[in-house]
Amino acid sequence: MSEFLQFLFSGIGNGAIYALVGLGFAIIYNASHVINFAQGEFVMIGGMATVSLIAGGIVPVWLAMPVAVAVAGGIGMALEKFAVEPAALRRGGGASVVGLIIITIGASIFIRGAVEVWLGKDFHRLPPFSGSEAIDIAGAKLDPQILWVLGGLAAVVAGLKWFFERTRFGKAMLAASHNRLAAQLVGIDIRRVLLASFGLSAALGALAGILTAPITLTKYDIGIMLGLKGFCAAILGGLGSGFGAVLGGLALGLAEAMAAGYISSAYKDAVAFVIIVVVLILMPGGLFGAKSSERV
Amino acid sequence: MVKAGPPAMLLEVVGLSSHYGRIQALRGIDLAVAEGELLALVGGNGAGKTTLLRAISGVQPASAGTVRFAGEDISRASAAERVRRGIAQVPEGRQVFGPLSVEDNLALGAYTRPKAEIAAGLERTYAMFPVLKEKRRQAAGTLSGGQQQMLAIGRALMAQPRLLLLDEPSMGLAPLLVADIFRAIEGLKRAGVTIFLVEQNAHAALSIADRGYVLETGRIVLQDKGPALLANERVKQAYLGI
Repeated sequence: MSEFLQFLFSGIGNGAIYALVGLGFAIIYNASHVINFAQGEFVMIGGMATVSLIAGGIVPVWLAMPVAVAVAGGIGMALEKFAVEPAALRRGGGASVVGLIIITIGASIFIRGAVEVWLGKDFHRLPPFSGSEAIDIAGAKLDPQILWVLGGLAAVVAGLKWFFERTRFGKAMLAASHNRLAAQLVGIDIRRVLLASFGLSAALGALAGILTAPITLTKYDIGIMLGLKGFCAAILGGLGSGFGAVLGGLALGLAEAMAAGYISSAYKDAVAFVIIVVVLILMPGGLFGAKSSERV
Repeated sequence: MVKAGPPAMLLEVVGLSSHYGRIQALRGIDLAVAEGELLALVGGNGAGKTTLLRAISGVQPASAGTVRFAGEDISRASAAERVRRGIAQVPEGRQVFGPLSVEDNLALGAYTRPKAEIAAGLERTYAMFPVLKEKRRQAAGTLSGGQQQMLAIGRALMAQPRLLLLDEPSMGLAPLLVADIFRAIEGLKRAGVTIFLVEQNAHAALSIADRGYVLETGRIVLQDKGPALLANERVKQAYLGI
């Protein structure tokens, strides 16, 4: 029983990170139909920027995290403004979605390389937010940082729900994702929607990177695997569904932890990719994929 | 030609051309819509009617020509800027935001207006189309075709436009509903809205129009008063099936 609980805690902790990364995929996909393969790099930037800001004494510790999130958001917007938008909205026919996806792959290689050159190849660690004393629950150890991760996920979900359901610009982003032409015809500026989607996704990714850095450490290339896992979470939940990305991420984290615990930890990473293959074959729309209810 | 007084043209399109890749969809369109007028543009499938309206709204790039609105050149203005200046469009196929509620669809129609205007705009729209009030919490995608058309018209009116572009509002609707929609359009004209109506249903459109244009393969081939076009032999043969 305590063994099962231990796997459960670890699975939920990782799953919440995948969920945050998956949400970033969903937001950008909705706005542009682009899979942003640089999403994992924002997770890395979040952790690395926080570590560097604290180590360099540039800002006080309490300010390092929000600044790192803002830095990542800014880089996300720069990626949109200078790489994606010029290709997507070029006069006389923009690049295809596949072309834009390749641009994001290029951007991820560039970001990873730049961080490697600038900050080195070492692992870095952030101190846990509230001590490293594990909480004992029925014989299993719960890392308190996992509670921070879960709290962060809950706050993000609540914040996004408020943004997309209560604010005018959030609704405009939703509208643009459902029907870009009609959105333009009511005066919604598609450029601003794209810019906001990249900024928001990058900030969410960075937050995930910061929350998880005390548990998993951070390094210039952690974004590759976290990005892929987040992508799996988004696919598993149904691409474009925020709710789906969260459940997909948690399910993926749990499946991984159970497989690692009861089968072999060597197969931990394989689980995500086996799930993805099975989901794509059996239910290509994912668990909560968009169900069309259009009447014409 | 000598004109008395300043030109009262709200919209002036001069030499407008547009391409899809190498295919030219519009070939030097000249037309004008006067303030308060109901102008109809008729033409067959593929004549370029929708392309023309999209070019006027700024969602389809023009390759040549100018668009002037209220005396100012808006050829380079973004789609959002044109909505702010007062051009709203009811697009072909209604294009409502399916998963969003009816009320959210309408509120988004006022996206370029101050938030404080939304409540009054909703009141006006619900007075015009009471069925939308009944269904205001429903997802727009669950409405019938006629109701979606009303919603699309209501959404465009929420922007308080000076010029309303209507693209095939009768498409795919049962005859009774078509009559409803055209009654609503006439009501808007009486209320002083300038309307540019594009239709395949030439008879219905020309019957309520002050003036009309006929578009064929990207060119304006005829223009006249609405009733005169209805009586025109060429129009009768090509579009009215008489």
